[in-house]
Amino acid sequence: MTLPAALELRVPSDVGRIEGIVSEVVQRCRQHAFTGRQLALNVPVALTEAISNAMLRGNGDDRAKEVRVRAVVDATRLVVEVEDEGTGFDLDGCTGDPTAPDALAREDGRGLFLMRALMDEVRCERGVRTIVRLTLHRR
Amino acid sequence: MSLQVEMQGDVLVIAVDGPLIVGNRQELKQTVLDRVEGGVRKVVVDFAGTAYIDSSGLGVLVSLAKRLRELGGDLRLAALSDDLLTLFELTKLDALFQITASRERALEGF
Repeated sequence: MTLPAALELRVPSDVGRIEGIVSEVVQRCRQHAFTGRQLALNVPVALTEAISNAMLRGNGDDRAKEVRVRAVVDATRLVVEVEDEGTGFDLDGCTGDPTAPDALAREDGRGLFLMRALMDEVRCERGVRTIVRLTLHRR
Repeated sequence: MSLQVEMQGDVLVIAVDGPLIVGNRQELKQTVLDRVEGGVRKVVVDFAGTAYIDSSGLGVLVSLAKRLRELGGDLRLAALSDDLLTLFELTKLDALFQITASRERALEGF
């Protein structure tokens, strides 16, 4: 069965929901012949980071607040928007390098780094709500 | 995610099936820490069945390795796919862990 190329979901801030959303997006990328690495690494890891960031930081782990995920996939690229109800964070201000020798043993601080490393583009729109937009081109 | 837990001599071996991510990382952490409370000091995590790992999952591995090393033990990682290995290389965490091709290799000389 062919899935529609676009996916739009609104879910409560429950990290237990992330795996299912990621699976839906990966299936759509598979239909458009994204590479094995993109399906197994780039998409699931970066998307998990974006959604968990929206739930835990943007929405403060408040299950009464929702996260909206909108994914559009075609033969050239995946664009995913993850929107939370928070006022956002300054992406450009987050310049810490978790691979620096003095940061390597830290337990946190790798989420944004991974999003940037695994996606072609990561953008953030901040307003009443926050939208993080991830773009990955099919190789 | 599901965990398959077994003892091989004095080494705790845990196979992680499915993704190791923010929604389930505590299960792995608590499983290991419970055994550490009981005296276990050597742990192998087998990733042969692991789909992907996010930053929270990586953080749990770092945390567990730190705890075990404080107690004179260690945490070894086994059977990572090429994609998972790339994740460890990207984050440079490959320098923090002993990573082996298989569970058997991880157990050798542990």
